[in-house]
Amino acid sequence: MNNSRNIIIGIAVLVILFSYPFWGSFGKSAAAPDISFNTPEIQSLAEAQCIEDAEFMRGNHMQLLSDWKVSVVREGNRVYVSEANGEEYNMSLQNTCLECHSNKDQFCDACHDFADVDPTCWTCHVE
Amino acid sequence: MIEKAFKEASKYYYGWLLFLLVLIGTGFGFYLVQLNQGLTVTGMSRDVSWGLYIAQFTFFVGVAASAVMVVLPYYLHNVKEFGRITVVGEFLAVASVIMCMLFIVVDMGMPMRVLNMILFPTPNSPMFWDFMVLTGYLLLNILIAWNVLEAERKAISAPKWVKTLTYVSIPWAVSIHTVTAFLYSGLPGRHYWLTALIAPKFLVGAFATGPALLILICFALKKFANFDAGKEAIRKLSIIVTYAFSITIFLLGVEFFVAFFSQVPGHMHSLQYLFMGSHGHNAMVPFMWIFAILAVIALYLLINPKTRSKDGTLIIACIAVFLAMLIEKGLAFVVAGLVVNPFGRITEYLPTINELFITLGIWAIGIFIISIFYRIVISVKENTGI
Amino acid sequence: MLNKGGEVMDINRRKFIKFGGACALGLGVMPLVNVVASNNPKFLPSSKALAGNKWGMAIDMSKCDYCNDCIDACHLAHNVPSIGNTKEEVKWLWTEPHENALPYQSHDYVDESTKNRDVLVLCNHCENPSCVRVCPTQATFKRKDGVVMMDYHRCIGCRYCMAACPYGARSFNFSDPRPHIEEVNKEFPTRTKGVVEKCNLCDERLSVGLPPACVEACPNGVFTFGDLDDPNSDVRKLLASSYNIQRKISYGTKPKIYYIV
Repeated sequence: MNNSRNIIIGIAVLVILFSYPFWGSFGKSAAAPDISFNTPEIQSLAEAQCIEDAEFMRGNHMQLLSDWKVSVVREGNRVYVSEANGEEYNMSLQNTCLECHSNKDQFCDACHDFADVDPTCWTCHVE
Repeated sequence: MIEKAFKEASKYYYGWLLFLLVLIGTGFGFYLVQLNQGLTVTGMSRDVSWGLYIAQFTFFVGVAASAVMVVLPYYLHNVKEFGRITVVGEFLAVASVIMCMLFIVVDMGMPMRVLNMILFPTPNSPMFWDFMVLTGYLLLNILIAWNVLEAERKAISAPKWVKTLTYVSIPWAVSIHTVTAFLYSGLPGRHYWLTALIAPKFLVGAFATGPALLILICFALKKFANFDAGKEAIRKLSIIVTYAFSITIFLLGVEFFVAFFSQVPGHMHSLQYLFMGSHGHNAMVPFMWIFAILAVIALYLLINPKTRSKDGTLIIACIAVFLAMLIEKGLAFVVAGLVVNPFGRITEYLPTINELFITLGIWAIGIFIISIFYRIVISVKENTGI
Repeated sequence: MLNKGGEVMDINRRKFIKFGGACALGLGVMPLVNVVASNNPKFLPSSKALAGNKWGMAIDMSKCDYCNDCIDACHLAHNVPSIGNTKEEVKWLWTEPHENALPYQSHDYVDESTKNRDVLVLCNHCENPSCVRVCPTQATFKRKDGVVMMDYHRCIGCRYCMAACPYGARSFNFSDPRPHIEEVNKEFPTRTKGVVEKCNLCDERLSVGLPPACVEACPNGVFTFGDLDDPNSDVRKLLASSYNIQRKISYGTKPKIYYIV
């Protein structure tokens, strides 16, 4: 097969290009995200408690927001009962979450930029 | 088999492909502008919310469905003369369906959400069904054409399941254009579209346009690629175009009677806008009269057996049919249905440069696909003499 | 795969198809599981929410002095952009001349006061909505309380609903609306370019016990809002006592906006 040389060269180029994310970041490390809870609303709370605990929110806020979206828009139910403390909250990204976490840049964006995640919420939901 | 497209290709062939790629690239660039700025770069408006893209989609669904006009006679009625060109028609259908899907994607406001149509299937929506049947038709034609061609290449008969798929593709072709017609004909409030006549008109118009295009393609293949479809095949196709186009014009004509004899304003308004202009709005009038002239030329050249049987005049007739239907179905039909808005006012529409270049880019993609496919077809048929 | 005798056997086509079918069945059951599991006690309606089966509205234009308070309230509350050109304008509530809004009641000798009385038009929140019938993703859907809603997260911007609506109630975002919003209401989202929008019957207000913004803003009582299913509601009583008409009844969409004439 007299094409084998070209094919092997082609495969080598492909492998090098596709593995760039790995060898391109050798020796570099991004700093851990610096999340800030320092907003006037959170400072004024008696107890700095979110609607659920931080562990749950860190892992599940995406699914939670998605479930809220379905419940509010499609079913008309806007009251969320917290698992952590049984309190009732209004299911609203703008009016509940951002009420306390009004520093989107230092809170939401800090982690999202680190993880290179680009949620499309903000084209519509007002910061 | 795909390597056959590039074996011993001349520089003209590569030049042609390069030219098409340039058009595709330009169209893509304009599409990026559209993605960035939104559909404001088109000529569409709150009233004319569907424009050139959807009209072209409608036109090419018709071209795709028209493959059935060679498949049906050959497979169901043993019209052997079509034997050489069934794959030509089927690959044309593949390219057309791909163009249709691209026209939909460029028309969507949120194309990144296109998967929502699969994630949230909605059986009551004709658009959902359009997506399903078009995808099915694409797969059918790819499978059938590729396997028939592969069998020809190996000089054996195609496996039995290919024939089954071919039989399925016949009603399926009718269904794709019927469902597309149903997109329009079930909408209350759009008087120009609210008629049962849309589905038959679409189908018979497609059965004129598709074979006309196929005739032109066969002449082009004879001239540039030494592929002769056969005089009988051309002759039979030209008869199909004649009858289909005559019926299409008749169906268009009866609409005039319904509108103007009943004198119901809702029925008259769109036709008045198209052919005579309404309240000073007459952007479409020149197009419609060009359509009328082309239709008359086409009808004369097709119905007269002397001109129909002469290659030169037949080519003119087919070009006239294609351009006439391109104007009527590929622009006027959609625009006229929306130009008279629900408040009785007229909002005109003309495509912008952006829309035109994106449309051109999609045309180039379709032509690119058939350029590749037809070279494979011709190469296989040359080698096997089928 | 081993057969009964313990010998290695190639999987044959039949078994493969059976296996594939079983997998498909299993996957197909998943959405059912989701539906059953989603009856989530954690998501509740607000106790203050207005409850109704068939929200509707009666509009009496004879009381209107065209102050535009209703339109301003609606467009402000919902971040409706002012695009500034009629071709791409976005409007949820607006006025139309009588002959355009009510073409089936228009002829050459309409009385002067009716002829000059522009009509407030908006989405009719039909009972048999053609827009809902055509939406390929159910991004527009009819809620059980009668509101025809838009799910802006799901809309693919195909604009089929705009073609289907016989009342011209829907607008499309041809470009990013944000630069065109004069004053952003931070409590309500905007929309993004590429989606269709329309009046939502203030579902965000209904769910906290408030009437729609237009109803509340009007100083003259042009709007009467209520549950058409409740014979004792204000709107039903008004409709029972005054001659009233609807836009384009013959299309069978069964609109829920009534005009007191």
